[in-house]
Amino acid sequence: MRTTRPHLFAGRDETPVAFTETVGNATRLTAVNLAAARLGLEPGLTLADARARVPELEAFPADPHADLDWLERLAEGCARYSPTVALVPPSALVVDIAGCTHAFDGERPLAADVEGRMARRGILVRHAFGDTPEIALALARYAGGPAPDEKSAVRRLPVAALELDPDDAVALARAGLKTVGDVMARPLAGIAARFGADAATAVRRLSGEVQTPVKPWVRQAPVIAERRFAEPIARTEHVLAVIADLAGEAAAMLETRHQGGRRWIARLFRADGHVQPLPIETGQPTRDVPLLMRLFAERIDALADPLDPGFGYDLVRLDVALAERLDAAQLQLEGGEGGTEQLAGLVDRLSTRLGRNRLRRFVPRDSHIPEQAELMLPATAPAAAAAAWPQPEEGEPPMRPIYLFDPPQPIESVMAEVPDGPPHRFRWRRRLHEVARAEGPERIAGEWWRRHDATIPTRDYYRVEDRRGRRFWIFRHGLHGETEDPRWYLHGLFA
Amino acid sequence: MPDSTALIARLRRIAAGTAMLQATSASPDGWLKRGLARGQLHEIYAVQAEDGASGAGFGIATALAARALPLFWLRTEAAEQAQGRPHAGGLAELGLGADSLVLGILPDESALLRASADAARCAGLGTLLVETVGPARGLDLTATRRLMLAAEGSGVTVLSLRVAATPAPSAAATRWSVRAAPSRALEADAPGVPAFDVECLRRRGGPAGESWRVEWDRDAQSFRGAPVSGAGLSVAADRTVAHHPAAPVRRSG
Repeated sequence: MRTTRPHLFAGRDETPVAFTETVGNATRLTAVNLAAARLGLEPGLTLADARARVPELEAFPADPHADLDWLERLAEGCARYSPTVALVPPSALVVDIAGCTHAFDGERPLAADVEGRMARRGILVRHAFGDTPEIALALARYAGGPAPDEKSAVRRLPVAALELDPDDAVALARAGLKTVGDVMARPLAGIAARFGADAATAVRRLSGEVQTPVKPWVRQAPVIAERRFAEPIARTEHVLAVIADLAGEAAAMLETRHQGGRRWIARLFRADGHVQPLPIETGQPTRDVPLLMRLFAERIDALADPLDPGFGYDLVRLDVALAERLDAAQLQLEGGEGGTEQLAGLVDRLSTRLGRNRLRRFVPRDSHIPEQAELMLPATAPAAAAAAWPQPEEGEPPMRPIYLFDPPQPIESVMAEVPDGPPHRFRWRRRLHEVARAEGPERIAGEWWRRHDATIPTRDYYRVEDRRGRRFWIFRHGLHGETEDPRWYLHGLFA
Repeated sequence: MPDSTALIARLRRIAAGTAMLQATSASPDGWLKRGLARGQLHEIYAVQAEDGASGAGFGIATALAARALPLFWLRTEAAEQAQGRPHAGGLAELGLGADSLVLGILPDESALLRASADAARCAGLGTLLVETVGPARGLDLTATRRLMLAAEGSGVTVLSLRVAATPAPSAAATRWSVRAAPSRALEADAPGVPAFDVECLRRRGGPAGESWRVEWDRDAQSFRGAPVSGAGLSVAADRTVAHHPAAPVRRSG
């Protein structure tokens, strides 16, 4: 809110602000800022009460989707600390920093870096380290007093950190158990008998015995290469040079695994936390760095907004998101690449620049409905032919047009000599065509076994040629007797 | 070592290209059997929009006759609206298999020009077919010169199919005008194999102005001459009938 609509908050840090949500008939506060909290407002209060206490309160309706969106963007930004970042809606992120602290000389400088970056955006952060995500979350949310180590810190947490039902929490408090440590000192069987298995599981989670797996926000790529800079880099050529270095490293890693990358994502982390992803895709697995660099250059050219380095990028990471088997290639004896590889390279380059769906290949489908007998797949997709193309008969003229209209175009003023014969003249695009030759009908019935309402009209197709030699594929939609007044359509053009 | 092999490959391509060119310029009818010269830019005009399908069919047929595959077909979304979309079944019946065809549909003319400039440089292609509908102002002397140079360098035959356009100055090696021609009827007055009225409007360094009426023979993968008085042709004189004496009435489906 503060970031997206800064004019509302200009120079007014002390204004109490609250977000509200309407549940049933009551509008209640869901979140308050520091100034409002200092005035004694807290989440759960109705808006009317809050206004009565603090008349100058500014209230906005809460937008959980925007919150989640913002959290996702933060998660993306946190990818600079570790490849494994998980979202815990509504307001928490879990970052697995095991083995990732070397770039910051330890955990505490890393946390200081996080706090510094967030503070620049006006975001208050509470952080905690823990052996498991649950311990870290509980420590961050229900901060107790300072403690010599993690175990005793957990023991000093209030029982609310177990996140049980409110009734159970009250019951625990009545039994004199005020901290997690008090609960842990009791035999677990007794807790389970009195408060249910969930309570026992909650205790075991906080003691580190049980750990739910982290579901990372971004799936970790099998091969990652990254580079950090003490001084941010801003020029596009430098960025490309860094990506080329990283691609070389990734290619070497892939080579030892006998793999090649199909999907590559370069992420440019700007110093102010913005992340620019640059995804590219190739039709065949590759480790060819010059080829990849051409694709990345295309991708940067094709960006809707040009690359905005701001104050520069301080981290560049290259993920190989999808790797497939690729054995070491033997050079052809004559040298150079084969023609198919050059074509594949061209297709990859154009698909990267223009979009995946712009370049297509035809794949046959098992259907006798003309417009459904073929699929147009992106040319980079691996081709898997499910059906075979019909083989033309020797000496026969083409039975199918080279251009097909989808949907078919209506034709007018159709005159047929006999009701179920071919027309002898028709009007298409305001021009009258006198039919000189015709062949048909080729009767194509609807696929009644695919649709429950078996009322799809039959189509009678005719190949017709007008006096000037233009050849058309037209059909009557419905038989006489099947439909009232069957309409005629032009479906295709022959060469 | 890679340099010399690349050089040899390049020389071979150039040699192949000139051999074709000589064959074509030696006899004006050479293209009927061997297609248009490789590594050059050729323009195919279908002056009226209704002849667009004939222009495309003629272009694909010349690529097949020259055995210049795979074919890379670039067109704009506007062409997709005006002409319909290419149909693999019909193209296969013309002789062009779907595995040697890649189709590119581009948002506008400038993207089309950029993509075709890239594709013309890709030696892995046989033919590049660039289809435009209406007056394409981007395909001017400079753009066609660029395509011609790229084609000469890579050995790709570049066909510029101009539907509903009037001939404009360009750097193309040849310029053709294609119209649909009445086909020779099969039995029961059924439309026969594709027939075209072809006129050579311009030929660089050679005579121009001849016209032909040709049929496309898919099985032989070549053109053959057709009688010019096709419209009034009697069924009895039709050679195709002799090949297919099977059914007295053609009713398919």
